Amino acid sequence: MERYYQPEIECASREQILAWQNERLVKQVQHVWDNVPYYRKKMEEKGLTPADIKGVEDLHKLPFLSKDDLREAYPYGLLGMPLKDCVRIQSTSGTTGRRVVAFYTQHDIDLWEDCCARAIVAAGGTNEDVCHVSYGYGLFTGGPGLNGGSHKVGCLTLPMSSGNTDRQLQFMVDLGSTILCCTPSYAAYLAESIHERGLRDQIKLKAGIFGAEAWSEEMRRDIEAKLGIKAYDIYGLTETSGPGVSFECSEQTGMHINEDHFIAEIIDPDTGEVLPEGSKGELVFTSITKEAFPLLRYRTRDICILTREKCSCGRTFVKMSKPMGRSDDMLIVKGVNVFPSQIETVLLEQGYPANYQIIVDRVNNSDTLEVMVEMTPENFSDSLAKITNMEKSLVAALKAMLGIYAKVRLVAPKTITRSEGKAVRVIDKRKI
Amino acid sequence: MTIHQISVFLENRAGQLAEITGVLAKKGIDLRAINIAETSDYGVLRLIADKPQEAAATLLEQGFILSMTPVVAVSVPDEPGGLARVLDVLAKENIDVEYMYSVFGQVDGLAHMVFRVADTEKLIAVLKANGVEPISGENLGIR
Repeated sequence: MERYYQPEIECASREQILAWQNERLVKQVQHVWDNVPYYRKKMEEKGLTPADIKGVEDLHKLPFLSKDDLREAYPYGLLGMPLKDCVRIQSTSGTTGRRVVAFYTQHDIDLWEDCCARAIVAAGGTNEDVCHVSYGYGLFTGGPGLNGGSHKVGCLTLPMSSGNTDRQLQFMVDLGSTILCCTPSYAAYLAESIHERGLRDQIKLKAGIFGAEAWSEEMRRDIEAKLGIKAYDIYGLTETSGPGVSFECSEQTGMHINEDHFIAEIIDPDTGEVLPEGSKGELVFTSITKEAFPLLRYRTRDICILTREKCSCGRTFVKMSKPMGRSDDMLIVKGVNVFPSQIETVLLEQGYPANYQIIVDRVNNSDTLEVMVEMTPENFSDSLAKITNMEKSLVAALKAMLGIYAKVRLVAPKTITRSEGKAVRVIDKRKI
Repeated sequence: MTIHQISVFLENRAGQLAEITGVLAKKGIDLRAINIAETSDYGVLRLIADKPQEAAATLLEQGFILSMTPVVAVSVPDEPGGLARVLDVLAKENIDVEYMYSVFGQVDGLAHMVFRVADTEKLIAVLKANGVEPISGENLGIR
């Protein structure tokens, strides 16, 4: 029996959803026009005023917003509310250049938590559950988002954060956790640890809500079998609030987008043209209820497909496929956004040539990141200690920049494969 | 009294040493001493060749990364305690040996050791003051 957190919204008629979207979009465009000079200028450049946007059918007229816009407007340029009304920030992983800081009013947090609560209830959560949140807490949206959603559902919430497997497992056993929220790779790691320690009979998990990184259907089945649970996907990005932009239902055939808060479009990443339903293209979101950080037509760079086919779960929200790739060079490693340009910046700062290769792999269901760097005469020394110290400081600088560990592999010159004179910068060996 | 050591960057992969010794052999270069320091991923090959300049030029041509490092060679009696006596002197004089290794073969009951220190001048002076004569490149067959 499918359960809903807000059935009157999640199962509303398409007409009702469209009516909400029309009304909220018009209001949001006016809000942005009045309060965000950056976006108003973008609209003016296209010769638009709020009067031109009468509903969802006019959405395509609005200019896109990209990650570059967010960077340019950093930190306060896209703020839609006075600071006195903002109560929180969350941020993406990048420590320079690509960092995105998103703002929230109390109302924004409230709606965000509703979205996460819908995901938890869709995964079978009730106020009887013990919800074990092993997403990172802090600037990362994963922990705070699911934590808030779990409170709303009334679950006993375990704010575990990530890491410290021994403690994770001990709490899981002692407190009888029933729902696990974390990245799929961490879920796979915990499943492996439970299996190795023979704890399978002592855990009470029934469901998992796993997101923030790409995972395959095969990985899902593996985690489900090892933990004896049903594993649900959840999607979101810091720019639009965090996890809970969309979530899976019992059918597990795509994620329902919370259309009362977000309007989704699929566009051709090259031309920007809106594509018909069922086409594969870049996902674009317009947040129609956010106050502090309202984004109109934000290009996610995630490639996927939308479908409005009737879902057996009863929800009427459009469904998006798992992201099938990116329309830029961003990598998601261990749930963290990594741009090759960030790695390049560190290498140049540390006196290495910008000749490198990034190798991403998945070993035992956990992402690994390796950076191959060519040795140069300037960096070489007859002392092994000097070389290893240099390597260590490079690893530390990469960690500071990316927020995750990257193994550095020093190689001989001209080792890095070049095709047609152009070096291949990224090799992603993960089968997702 | 220093001699030239060639230090070469080594990637840990099969065949790299064979490649290096191979190109040197083709040029008729004889190796007088060889030493390797390594981590799991890479290493440093240190070698003393009879024709250091030619050996370095050959390896550079092949695209290897290398540096020339001044080191000091010393003869020590090839008997128990021979090396210990020299090291004892260096310890007393606070000379930190970064690394050392031996030269192939033995001549007149003497073994040859190569020392890498930060201050080669001081090392040479200390050795001389303690009656240990550093040996020249010629004595090791280096031209």
